[in-house]
Amino acid sequence: MPSLKELKDRIGSVKSTQKITKAKQMVAAAKLRRAQAAAEAGRPYAERLGTVMASLAGKVSGDSAPKLLAGTGSDQRHLLVVVNTDKGLCGGLNSNLVKAARVKANELIAAGKTVEFYLVGKKGRAPLKRDFASQIGGGFDTSTVKTPGFEEADAIAAELIAMFDDGKFDIAHLVYPTFQSALAQIPTVNQLIPVPSPEVADDAGAVVEYEPGEEEILEELLPRYVKTQIFGALLEREASEHGASMTAMDNATRNAGDLINALTIQYNRRRQAAITTELIEIIAGAEAL
Amino acid sequence: MPLHFELVTPAKQVRSEDVHMVVVPGSEGEFGVLEGHAPFMSTIRDGAVQVYKTEGAEPETIEVRGGFAEVGENGLTVLAEHVEA
Repeated sequence: MPSLKELKDRIGSVKSTQKITKAKQMVAAAKLRRAQAAAEAGRPYAERLGTVMASLAGKVSGDSAPKLLAGTGSDQRHLLVVVNTDKGLCGGLNSNLVKAARVKANELIAAGKTVEFYLVGKKGRAPLKRDFASQIGGGFDTSTVKTPGFEEADAIAAELIAMFDDGKFDIAHLVYPTFQSALAQIPTVNQLIPVPSPEVADDAGAVVEYEPGEEEILEELLPRYVKTQIFGALLEREASEHGASMTAMDNATRNAGDLINALTIQYNRRRQAAITTELIEIIAGAEAL
Repeated sequence: MPLHFELVTPAKQVRSEDVHMVVVPGSEGEFGVLEGHAPFMSTIRDGAVQVYKTEGAEPETIEVRGGFAEVGENGLTVLAEHVEA
């Protein structure tokens, strides 16, 4: 049985924890709104790029297609680009991402492929290192900037494309959370490199003129498309992080409240018991006289 | 008839408006786009996009870096990686 003082201290510490989780929840709610707006603002660019890619990729195919579209001709070495958050306190978000990456990796390994990881963000590093210590390749630290922007996506894409050109891997997959709501963030695995052939849009419209040429434009467009994909993943990650964090902190605040109530009842009972004991002692003493 | 002009960056949609003419710094030379331009696609070099709100008006210049321009049925779309307003 804890003493009265211990109970009091316990209640105090739970109360201060509750204050922290509540503050964190409110901060996450405010940041979530901003992150969602940013994710939405980024959508038109990605959509346009997608449609242009689709119409071009349909025209340039076969041997003349750039390597980023056609691939290396082999599918032996896979690279998993896992986008995790930098900060914790966001519920099961990161462990779900790691789980999705692990499932994909095991699937590929079972099929006899070699798998390597490229980690973006801090949080996935430790759990993945435990299982695949020798397969962790490069990584990118996004914790140095407040909100990762296009520059970071640019840097990541440049490094990945350089690795691809050096023949370090054949196929790259991107693992990132898709933001659905504050309650649901779904880990998604997408093929990043070679760029999956988009469905050819049937442009029955007028003949489009290209300057310089179709292939040259496509060659310039592909790295840009990869970059946009990564940028999109970073935006989704931001929104997911804040959404998950908001939900997790809301739960934590509520749990702390329940705990405080339970502890307060216990504290009151203990106090009453102490008073009763004292009274009994006094009465017993009076009777003995 | 005005030309519908859109300028989009990865971060946001910078412009979406009806203008008279836009001069785009294409990688093989500048080109002006008026209403009814034939479908056209070009990469752009770093430079200034000049937007003429009305005929004969002073052009407004927007510095863009990296991207491409597309002229379709619904006007001109410039996708730029970076824009300096």
